[in-house]
Amino acid sequence: MRVGFTVNGREETADDVWEGESLLYVLRERMGLPGSKNACEQGECGSCTVLLDGVPVCSCLVAAGQAEGRRVRTVEGLAEGDRQAPIQEAFVECGAVQCGFCTPGLLVQAHDLIERVPRPSDADIREALAGNLCRCTGYEKILAAVRLAANRRAENP
Amino acid sequence: MSVAPARAPRDIAAPGGGGVGDSALRPDGVLKVRGEFAYSSDLWIDGMLWGATLRSPHPRAKILSIDTSEALAHPGVWTVLTHEDVPGRKHFGVDHTWDQPVLAFDEVRHQGEPIALVAADHPETARRALEKIRIEYEVLEPLTDARRAAFDPAYPRVQPRGNVARHQPVRVGDVDAARELAEVVVSGEFQVGMQDQAFLGPESGLAIPAEDGGVDLYVATQWMHNDLEQIGPCLGLAEDKIRMTLSGVGGAFGGREDLSMQIHAAMLALRTGKPVKIVYNRYESFFGHVHRHPAQMRYEYGATKDGRIVYADVEIILDGGAYTSSTKNVVGNAASLAVGPYVIPNVRIDAYGVYTNNPPCGAMRGFGAVQACFAFESMMDRLADACGLDPVTVRQVNAAAEGSALATGQIIWAPLPMAEMLQTARELPMPAPADTGDLRDLPGGVSQTTHGEGVRRGVGYGVGLKNICFSEGYDDYSTARVRLEVIGGEPVAMVHTAAAEVGQGLVTLEAQIARTELGVRRVVIQPADNRVGDAGSSSASRQSYMTGGAVMTACQAVREGMAALAAARFGHARDDLSFTGDKVVSESAGVLGTIAELLGDAVIEETREYHHRPTTGMDPVTGRGDSHAQLALCVHRAVVDVDVDLGLVKVVELAAVQDVGRILNRVALEGQIHGGSAQGLGLAVMEEIVVENGRVRNPSFTDYLIPTILDMPPMRLEILENADPRAPYGLRGAGEPSTLSSTPAIVAAIRDATGLALTRVPVRPEHITGSS
Repeated sequence: MRVGFTVNGREETADDVWEGESLLYVLRERMGLPGSKNACEQGECGSCTVLLDGVPVCSCLVAAGQAEGRRVRTVEGLAEGDRQAPIQEAFVECGAVQCGFCTPGLLVQAHDLIERVPRPSDADIREALAGNLCRCTGYEKILAAVRLAANRRAENP
Repeated sequence: MSVAPARAPRDIAAPGGGGVGDSALRPDGVLKVRGEFAYSSDLWIDGMLWGATLRSPHPRAKILSIDTSEALAHPGVWTVLTHEDVPGRKHFGVDHTWDQPVLAFDEVRHQGEPIALVAADHPETARRALEKIRIEYEVLEPLTDARRAAFDPAYPRVQPRGNVARHQPVRVGDVDAARELAEVVVSGEFQVGMQDQAFLGPESGLAIPAEDGGVDLYVATQWMHNDLEQIGPCLGLAEDKIRMTLSGVGGAFGGREDLSMQIHAAMLALRTGKPVKIVYNRYESFFGHVHRHPAQMRYEYGATKDGRIVYADVEIILDGGAYTSSTKNVVGNAASLAVGPYVIPNVRIDAYGVYTNNPPCGAMRGFGAVQACFAFESMMDRLADACGLDPVTVRQVNAAAEGSALATGQIIWAPLPMAEMLQTARELPMPAPADTGDLRDLPGGVSQTTHGEGVRRGVGYGVGLKNICFSEGYDDYSTARVRLEVIGGEPVAMVHTAAAEVGQGLVTLEAQIARTELGVRRVVIQPADNRVGDAGSSSASRQSYMTGGAVMTACQAVREGMAALAAARFGHARDDLSFTGDKVVSESAGVLGTIAELLGDAVIEETREYHHRPTTGMDPVTGRGDSHAQLALCVHRAVVDVDVDLGLVKVVELAAVQDVGRILNRVALEGQIHGGSAQGLGLAVMEEIVVENGRVRNPSFTDYLIPTILDMPPMRLEILENADPRAPYGLRGAGEPSTLSSTPAIVAAIRDATGLALTRVPVRPEHITGSS
């Protein structure tokens, strides 16, 4: 089948898509966007998180056909050209990235949080990121990065 | 040579600045946050096929026949391969063990053992073709009793050479005579469940057949040259026909020391003449790598009433599963570190690694020391109770220090301020009581299982001692090539090693070392590959020490070359010259010029190997030996709240005191201690591969739980810098120690809250409620 949707502001179509393919597979293998990660492919780790019509979803659990005609934003769409989004800058600065495999999903999820909640508490951050597994960091530096990005955003809205 | 993949590893320019000691930023950080970093599962090339692996559903069975004809006829399938198609040696194995079949024949010895391979034009096609491979088995009763494997000569053999991979005794003094001196005797039997590395990036990679009959392999591994030593003979190819490039590694933690898909993808690529990509899914990943050895441990300590230990009698059985993997070295660690950093005059230790039909076990962060640490720290708490001492004091009374001997007789010739570190941990401020007004602060969280009733707080301590670098006489070294030249008017240092960046931040450190040693600002890290010498494994907390040491010495050689040029050009003595901020500086005359001007078109390139001081083996009868290159210590204090009615645990705070010798990059270092502590927390309260009769019951992230951000408490770190004079910059390897000590600290805290004995990790709710 043919599937078409908007990815990071661009219209994209993919042909010869098998009906069982996930949105994650189509993004990674058919649209050249491997930023969203395939860590569990069962909706448990959050590494494949994208925004579907502005709402965070595990793209491994969305059939590609369900994205037809909708808006998808992936980690590749967070930066504006060469300028990283504040959450991306904060992850690099704070040491929130080690192996980085969980990072794309965490960035999309954290970006969504700081867009919705201006000054999230630590408990808010933990709750929002509870669906994103990280095996390297123990999450301390991730918390620091989200706090930093949220504070910067609140100071320069 | 063939074409490179469209998505592939590339040179990475290290941004910003920062020398040794600065919290320099990761060179790969920007690529990683932009989603542009090429992980091994992201590789892509025109016309590539997808490989898939058929695995045994049985832990033990004879293979009577394999019929691939129907699978081969499946539309979209390019080839189906079995053991008959392995071009060279039929077995591989990490560390020259050579006992694991590339593809099983005659017999399968564990659930998930690979039997056949398919290459197809779509991953789903490949999976469906696997279902069409017909295999006739004679299913046998799996041999799963590690204790019988160790001691019962009548137990059937998993391996023809016997069921004990290694027995390592350690003997000091006279334990039987020392029993007479003991005023207090404590004993216990402890168990550690099978833990999984659970790295997030699944096993994956791309094999591209080359025109010379060789293959280009893009893989995620911890040790490229050891992979190569196995891949070459199995493919029947000379090593120069195999060009390996490290692709982005999504975590490792020991789980990528053994080969997974490397030989398989290469076989498919060579057979089809097409590039082949293999990516495991999470289910397959649980079968695609070795795990942490589960352990059964019996300990008995005798002490005087003041808490001084007079003897230790220890038996440790580690279940390695069907193949050797790293079991022998894991046994060496468990034996040499069985009683940890405590001075005990009479010791009898017997550590065994055995073969069974349980899932294969090998390397995982902490490597044999984790299991023993849980047992000996549990023993220290029992001893404290028996002597009426507090847990910190009993540890301080028996603590090793610089100049002390380990159980093996090895003298600790570097600072080991253990008693002081325990004191620091004890005196750190305590976290506030739980806020019963916010459910998220309580065990069970928003499940609303309690509003504070039944919740008790506990505090516990743990001390872990880990050997750093390879032990037991192994000639451990790393290699680095450093090239200095002017690019775009600026001096640029290119650093090339085969060392695996697995997330730990080695590439950051390499750039810092190059800046410090060469005085240049721009550093480029080249992809790790096998066009440069062996770097050893990214394991044993060794890469800062070993590859850091190799980069340091290679840079120093380059600097010598620069100094020779400068001495000739400026007419100053070499020892008057230094290089900093891209400039040539004379101590007597100030800035003489720029490095760029000095170099002009010259290129200075040097390659150096770095070896740590030699170690010795352990005596096979007494265990005596100077077997470890370096030792590192971490002390944890854990504070927990336990809902004793439901058995739910919330770790409230973890505090760690670790001596790292010298902080090379504080932010990266803290990340290592945090991450190691988190994996120790996982082992303490949630992580276990549940095995029943040789079968894994929970191969998914739905059922194998690793800590989330809700499970991890805030962490307080106290980092000490008592330099090791033998190590580069005085550093001490830092990746593993916190993984050891956090587990016993957390369990001790749960015991403190509940009064329960808790002899097994992970501690489950039913162990606390008594309902199991």
